[in-house]
Amino acid sequence: MDILPILSTLRRHKITALLLVLEIALTCAIVCNAVFLINQRLERMKMASGVAEHELVQIQAFGIGDTADAKAHAQEDLTALRQIPGVKSVALVNQVPFTNSSWNTSVKLDPKQNQATLNATQYFGENLLQTFGTRLVAGRDFAPDEYLDMRLVARDEKLAKKVVSVIITRDLGQKLWPGQSALGKTLYLGGDPMRVVGVVAGLIRPSLFGGDATAQWSMVFPLRMDSDNASRYVIRTAPQDRERVLAAAAATLRKNDPHRIILEKKTLDDIRADFFQDDRAMAGLLAGVCIALLVVTALGIVGLGSFWVAQRRRTIGVRRALGATRGSILRYFQTENFLLATIGIALGMVLAYGINLFLMLHYELPRLPAYYFPIGAIALWLIGQVAVLGPAMRAAAVPPVVATRSV
Amino acid sequence: MFGYYFDLAMRSLKRNKVLTGLMVLAIAVGIGASMTTLTVMYLLSGDPLPGKSARIYYPQLDPETGADVRKNPADLLDYISAHDLWQSGKADRQTMVVFGSIKLQPGLAGQSPFMADTLATTSDFFPMFDVPFRYGGAWNAADEARGVRQVVISDVLNQRLFGGANSVGRTIVLNGTGVQVVGVLDHWRPRPLFYMLVGARYSGGDTGGYYVRPQDVFLPMPTALDINAGNFGWFSCWGKPDRMDLRNAPCESVGLWVQLDTAAKAAAYRRYLDAYDAQQRALGRLSHPANTRMMSLHEWMAYQNAVPSDVKLQTWLAFGFLLVCLFNTVGLLLAKFLRRSGEIGVRRALGATRGAIFAQCLAEAGVIGLLGGVGGLLLTLLGLWLVRQQPVAYADVVALNVPMLLLTILLAVAASLLAGAFPALRASRVPPALQLKTL
Repeated sequence: MDILPILSTLRRHKITALLLVLEIALTCAIVCNAVFLINQRLERMKMASGVAEHELVQIQAFGIGDTADAKAHAQEDLTALRQIPGVKSVALVNQVPFTNSSWNTSVKLDPKQNQATLNATQYFGENLLQTFGTRLVAGRDFAPDEYLDMRLVARDEKLAKKVVSVIITRDLGQKLWPGQSALGKTLYLGGDPMRVVGVVAGLIRPSLFGGDATAQWSMVFPLRMDSDNASRYVIRTAPQDRERVLAAAAATLRKNDPHRIILEKKTLDDIRADFFQDDRAMAGLLAGVCIALLVVTALGIVGLGSFWVAQRRRTIGVRRALGATRGSILRYFQTENFLLATIGIALGMVLAYGINLFLMLHYELPRLPAYYFPIGAIALWLIGQVAVLGPAMRAAAVPPVVATRSV
Repeated sequence: MFGYYFDLAMRSLKRNKVLTGLMVLAIAVGIGASMTTLTVMYLLSGDPLPGKSARIYYPQLDPETGADVRKNPADLLDYISAHDLWQSGKADRQTMVVFGSIKLQPGLAGQSPFMADTLATTSDFFPMFDVPFRYGGAWNAADEARGVRQVVISDVLNQRLFGGANSVGRTIVLNGTGVQVVGVLDHWRPRPLFYMLVGARYSGGDTGGYYVRPQDVFLPMPTALDINAGNFGWFSCWGKPDRMDLRNAPCESVGLWVQLDTAAKAAAYRRYLDAYDAQQRALGRLSHPANTRMMSLHEWMAYQNAVPSDVKLQTWLAFGFLLVCLFNTVGLLLAKFLRRSGEIGVRRALGATRGAIFAQCLAEAGVIGLLGGVGGLLLTLLGLWLVRQQPVAYADVVALNVPMLLLTILLAVAASLLAGAFPALRASRVPPALQLKTL
């Protein structure tokens, strides 16, 4: 296909051609970045939690102000919950993944450090790891006699010193002691030393206020909660039993204490879906905008293509009369569109990179990976070819006899 | 003359319905997208206290005594510092706020207890923030000091508990303690809930949750401490509290807001804050280096990055989209006008000036803009409806208002005139002789 005649024609339509190029460039730039953003959100929604998500349900229950026998209350509740058919494990814990409410503390590697090394979350609750289904990759779980009562520890400085073991995530271990095994190492909370007795594969923080990079910085302590200082009952059961167990558990808790408030009863799958609903909405919106942009651009190409075909009707007729085949007319318009799209895409790449730099500066986004550029290019080439096909076929259908008329 | 141009425009637009439809659609979609996001942006970034926010300040100091020294002081104060500053009465108005929740047992039979969001505060809160009352009013300062068992409730809670009736004098039970309702708020929906704007700067732009409606129960601070001392919702501790009691806990959990009516008063208060901080360090209660701040409400909102970053991103995106739609329209208008070169040539030969041709083409672009604007308005309404279906805290405040409605139409017409200007210029420069020759 000879490109020179196309270029010389385009030189006569500089402005319209330029408009089309700019439209394609802008669309290409926005679509590249939007698809990148969509992928970021979708990736985020896949974030691993380290717990047996499809088997867990949570009930949040607040008792009335009576605190004297909170421990007995909690034990009664747990015993009753364990008796529900289908329940595999139950724990009363201070916090649950994806609930956006968390207990956090600063961690030091040396008690004399001025600035803390990092901030990590604290999980408390007897039987927490077994119930969550969190996988231990090194060391051991807490022994049953290792657990101390949170209510006593909170009031007794001497007893608090007896909390000396901690189980941490592999990520946190790697952050604190890069390249080494965390097992047996000591970290400090305030001035108190804690020995790492176990390492779990992963356990996500309940809220991600420190950014997604800190998502797995979690610690588990051998502390027993009661109905006064914790409200989250977590139950593990088979996936198909979740709804039934949830209803039965709520009834059981209400029966044990008719005055309590059941604030939330949900499966962890639902809690997770709620946690990421903003990301899902944003991804949907971006996808909608991408489609609308591509459609608008395609319609623009159709519009301009039709105009050009109509304008050059007589020229086409002359070419046909001079021996050009239908195919060569068709290819002429296709090549023309391909050329314009290519210029637009090249410009769009530069623009996409610029937009990405802007987003990196203002929205803490990572750099746009290079493979998005060819994807954007192919998408726009395809859209262009599809859009120009109609006008090009109409051009190819122009009969040679047109050349003889009205000259 | 304009009527004639309008008539010509309508004829021309009718001649090629598909092309006209494409242009109107492109403008409508672009306008719809940008106006939807702009309306949300406008609603979320407005002034929560119009006419007053410049006089509202948020004093801060670093009350911690732990080994870690923060670069910026925590977003809340410890109770002792907040209470000292509040009690000094050095500002025109001052109020403390502590967020929490409490078990509420409705007085009526058949209603089950639930957890209500509370704000423990002081009597200045209501006049200082221009809080409207439907029934009754705030408790008075003298009663407050005695720990009077009185509360103010929101209109929403009043609807839920008392069906919207005047409930002043009625009793509700909080944590087992009966309290009397002295005031019911009227509809009050500051955006964001500025006095709760704490910790937003850590949220990575995910600040939608700060646009919730105000709390349901407003308690006098001493009363709240009596019946709910251990239950403060948001806090950060630098030491281990021996009992969960707000008053002596080594925790930051109290916000202090002051109203200072003149710049001189603000400067004086700033000096007072520094002096208090220095005095407390001299007494040994505070140990960290002096780090006092006093931001105005506007500065505080900027510091906390109140507007959700997703909303800002959507606004950028929408305007990029509008730009594409405009390029599209320019191209299509150019095609449309130049296609009529023959007709334009005849008009020019019959004596029409270039200006007349330009005006005629621009009128056509304007009509497209108007149609696109109407379409854009409908799409904006649809877009806002979609935003309202989203699970966001600000969903209930998202609605089109009059300035935004006018702006929509204006933007559409302006955009299409802008898009039409160049094609119209080109059309007006069509040489008549060449066109006539080919007829």
